[in-house]
Amino acid sequence: MTATLAPTPEDVVQHRTVTVVSRKAPIALGVVTALFALLLLLAARAGDATFRLASEGDLVALPDVTVPGTATAWVCVALGAAGTAVAALLVARGRRVPLWLSLVLAVVLLFGFLAWAAAGSAGDIPVTRLVGGSVLLAVPIVFGALGGVVGERAGVVNIAIEGQLLAGAFCAAVAGTVTGSPWAGLLAAVVAGVLVSLVLGVFAITYRVNQVIVGVVLNVLVIGLTSFLYSQVLVPNAETLNATTRFSRIAIPLLADIPVVGPALFNQSVVVYLMYLAVPAIWFALARTRWGLRLRAVGEHPKAADTVGIKVGRTRYLALVVAGAIAGVGGAFYTVVSVSSFGKEMTAGAGFIALAAVIFGKWDPVRAALAALLFGFASNLEGALSIVGAPVPSQFMLMLPYVVTIFAVAGLVGRSRAPAASGQPYVKE
Amino acid sequence: MSEPTRAAAPAGAAPAPATDTGGTDGGAATPPGDRRWHEAFARIVSGGWAVSLGAVVLAILAGSVMIAFTDEAVQESAGYFFARPADTFAAIGQAVGGAYAALFRGAVWNYEADSFAAAVRPLTQSLTYATPLIAAGLGVAVAFRAGMFNIGGQGQLLVSAAAAGWVGFAFDLPVGLHLVVAVVVGILAGALWAGIAGLLKAATGAHEVIVTIMLNYIAFYLLSYLLATPGLLQAPGSANPKTPAMAETAVMPGLLGDRYNLHVGFLLVLGAVVLVWWLLNRSSLGFGFRALGENAHAARVAGIDVRRTTVLAMGVAGALVGLAGTTQVLGLITTGFGADIDAGVGFDAITVALLGGSSPVGVLLAGILFGAFKAGGSSMQALEGVPIEIVLVVQSLIVLFIAAPPLVRAVFRLPQPGGRARRRPGRGATGTPTSQEVAA
Repeated sequence: MTATLAPTPEDVVQHRTVTVVSRKAPIALGVVTALFALLLLLAARAGDATFRLASEGDLVALPDVTVPGTATAWVCVALGAAGTAVAALLVARGRRVPLWLSLVLAVVLLFGFLAWAAAGSAGDIPVTRLVGGSVLLAVPIVFGALGGVVGERAGVVNIAIEGQLLAGAFCAAVAGTVTGSPWAGLLAAVVAGVLVSLVLGVFAITYRVNQVIVGVVLNVLVIGLTSFLYSQVLVPNAETLNATTRFSRIAIPLLADIPVVGPALFNQSVVVYLMYLAVPAIWFALARTRWGLRLRAVGEHPKAADTVGIKVGRTRYLALVVAGAIAGVGGAFYTVVSVSSFGKEMTAGAGFIALAAVIFGKWDPVRAALAALLFGFASNLEGALSIVGAPVPSQFMLMLPYVVTIFAVAGLVGRSRAPAASGQPYVKE
Repeated sequence: MSEPTRAAAPAGAAPAPATDTGGTDGGAATPPGDRRWHEAFARIVSGGWAVSLGAVVLAILAGSVMIAFTDEAVQESAGYFFARPADTFAAIGQAVGGAYAALFRGAVWNYEADSFAAAVRPLTQSLTYATPLIAAGLGVAVAFRAGMFNIGGQGQLLVSAAAAGWVGFAFDLPVGLHLVVAVVVGILAGALWAGIAGLLKAATGAHEVIVTIMLNYIAFYLLSYLLATPGLLQAPGSANPKTPAMAETAVMPGLLGDRYNLHVGFLLVLGAVVLVWWLLNRSSLGFGFRALGENAHAARVAGIDVRRTTVLAMGVAGALVGLAGTTQVLGLITTGFGADIDAGVGFDAITVALLGGSSPVGVLLAGILFGAFKAGGSSMQALEGVPIEIVLVVQSLIVLFIAAPPLVRAVFRLPQPGGRARRRPGRGATGTPTSQEVAA
């Protein structure tokens, strides 16, 4: 601000380097490690934990890995404490805690937790299924989050992800059943997602209605429409309108034979492979193409973009169409990959989780996809733990991912910054 | 964007700036009688009321189309439409008319009942359903006004219901005191649960949308655990995840006797409306909330403690949702509750707050409207077999149309206010935060 004033002799220009260091990472790591140690003290378990690495049809069957449960868990606690100490040391020296350190410690603590939970159990932890199930559960969340990222980077907050997923699932079910082809279902889902996006665009861009309002209301509208049509039309005609043929699994040669992760990641349906392609594609489109640059410009500073001749409204509409198409694919997952019929409100809040993943991933496609994978893993964990008969009530297992997310958001991610013009309608002067 | 406020709160309770109302300026010279009438008419049709009415009409029309298209008799007669078109129209009339008649009978006035007491019952039922919606809607609205998006109504409601219910059945207190203690505990529980989100946002910058969504899930599983564990909330000697019935001393007394479900909770909620109005418009705390919601940087510069205000705003929001939770367990469902006690109120509250333009009186009216839809929707499903979800469609369309006055004006060819086609949407007038504030 002082730059506009005339410089006076009294003004002394000072150069100081200020490093902002957050103490949150070591605190969060410390709290989680301490809680885990407390758990081990309060509920000690004897016996060995078995991790099953092999799955049916492996070329090279890996042996099961058996570790002493409690001892392993304590080793992990020690590692966690050491990591926390390193983080604290880094902070004390005025340096940032690298993200990889937090991630590695999270994996270590998770391993320790699994070892503790499976200790002394007759069942073993199926690692392959844990990974594969996580990816599957994450698919709609990843697509939803990607759609959310594209919309928000262009300056349109998309709370209607849930609605796009649900509309996609509904249309995929009907179109897939009528035509008998899952591809038609996928296409219909894309159209449905785009339609929801266009309604959002008409209200948010053309009529400049508050985008949060439109998003929330669109969710309710889609829930109402699909549930109404489901009860009124699909239920009486279940065979002719609501019984899709699902995509079959396709094993990718060589890759599918990699032990542990191969069958989990590379023996999936087309939609899952689309997800593998979509994440880098969206990243590339946003970060390395002219379209992405313009889109981000419109999201950060629409006036500046307008000044250099970028059509703000058109760019935002186009971004919404792309976002809707992506989210629609995520919706198709429910009815042409996961199960073969539509059910009332079957997305069950995945759109809101995707919204959380967008913010968790700081509006970056790759990070958002990783956050979505985390949520997928978390919701899959309970199934794995019920196999080994974990000593903790199942409700707490189910709760755990959400608690961890809060810790992560508060401790590791911190203040997230949205695109500057996100949510603001642009009025040309 | 100021239309919802004006539409829902014509009494001027909402602090809607009069800058964009149009038609009120230039009133210095008294126009001749003829012109005055003309101007008055123009003001009415360009004002918020006409838009709201238009929005409701459009939404109901859309609902009619859906009912007509999915009705079996209509589909059948449409098969021979060109032979006897009158049949189709008769069938449409019967399906649509029947559905809306059932809605009216279930929500306002049962004209087929044989006594006044029975005929008025639907109206009281609507108010009963409106009770938690208004309270929770106020909770979402207060957060909106402070620039935060409280998407965690569900979690706050579940936690407060659990707390109030626990006091309600597990304690033995004198009449009167028991109810007061239960209500206070429930409200505090809601405030604390929402306060977690406020505290985390203030202390670490964690985004309240993420935290409140996560707290919804945590509250749900926590309540499920409590309900499934003997000795905690589960009814003794039962295997169902359900609490025992509330003690009689903790039940909210009925307002109109035992024939009606309307209970004292409705009065508490009306009190909350007044309290929130006072808080937002007359208290310095509420001024802090609004300043934070309008512009957090300016609020900080003006000397408002942003962190404290953030925590308090979420706490007050949670307390109001907590009131909704207590009315659910101590007023509506007093025979013991399960994990579904939320009944969608937590999410409906967001729509109620939006329709009410985040003003207390607006939320009151929007809550009553949604309560009526809820009551009428069930009777529509029971009497005419029209799925209750049609109500969701009509509700959401109403909010959408009210939020976009230019669209409604274009459809009904109503004059644009002020005659100027382009004007800046008066954000902040409704108190709803811009999405940037929500997302930032």
